Amino acid sequence: MASEERTLVEILEENIPIDMAKYITFVSAPQAGAISTFSGTTRDNFEGKTVVELRYEAYVPMAIRSIKSICSSARSSWNLHSIAVAHRLGPVPVGGVSVFIAVSAVHRADAMDCCRFVIDELKACVPIWKKEVYDNGEVWKENSEFTDRRLELVNKEGHDHDENETAVVRHNRKSCCGSKVKAMNEEPSNCIISSDHEEGNHQHNVKNENENEEAQLQRNIRKSCCGSKVKLNE
Amino acid sequence: MKAMKEQEDGFGSADRYGEDKVEQLVQIKTLFFARARDLTGTNDVLLEIPLGSTTKDCLDKIVGKFPRLEEILGCVVLALNEDYTTESTVVKDGDELAIIPPISGG
Repeated sequence: MASEERTLVEILEENIPIDMAKYITFVSAPQAGAISTFSGTTRDNFEGKTVVELRYEAYVPMAIRSIKSICSSARSSWNLHSIAVAHRLGPVPVGGVSVFIAVSAVHRADAMDCCRFVIDELKACVPIWKKEVYDNGEVWKENSEFTDRRLELVNKEGHDHDENETAVVRHNRKSCCGSKVKAMNEEPSNCIISSDHEEGNHQHNVKNENENEEAQLQRNIRKSCCGSKVKLNE
Repeated sequence: MKAMKEQEDGFGSADRYGEDKVEQLVQIKTLFFARARDLTGTNDVLLEIPLGSTTKDCLDKIVGKFPRLEEILGCVVLALNEDYTTESTVVKDGDELAIIPPISGG
């Protein structure tokens, strides 16, 4: 089975909630011993302000290409079976899921590491934006992952007459958002903007492991005490 | 592609062709998202710029047209035909240039 057939990327039009079971079903396979999932959900507060909802928009064709590219990078790093990534557009109320990732693999370490990689890369380079709407105002958010990546690129662009330097910039970019996969869909027309065709619906019981960012942070802290790669966010 | 501004009149020598006698323009579709759209008040604009211009030239021209964009210039990146690009990339007729303000997906 070609890896494209085992990758599902969907950007959902306004007011279409993410059907997590659908994506878990997509990645399920008899040969996979692990399914790891990540859900990004709307938090009810930010720095003491009451958040009412998040409003998402995307440069849809590029977002799909970027996510597919992240998925193919992930496949070159881990032994994976299937990957499904869904992101909502429009308003997402408090508690709602705005992004969902499901990864299946023969072994759990591959699935879990890949899941983490996909959300981190998505936040760093996929052209999707959210406005945080408070009870008394609103603001366009900025991912720190993007800011870090951007500075890297800008610094290297400073010497753009140097061919090698430019090549390095391109290479770095490719690691997350170079587009090896083309998406045909141009316009957000109906509810699902792009999807690769879904394959067999293998149903089996899956423990749906929802994580929010705090749980991720907790996991990082746990990691730090057992001497593995330590990387604390924020 | 725009027509030549000046007809060849027989006086121009071949090696001067394309320098000062003819200016070809290319059309670039420019897209604005999120804060960039708020600042320009539009989703997209069609830009006409001399052949051989870079994405930076396009950006300068856009900022000339929408000066409010200046406030985010320090933090935007550019994408050309759905790929991130450098400011030195030369644009072609029909290209799609996107102004990408800081992203915040997830």
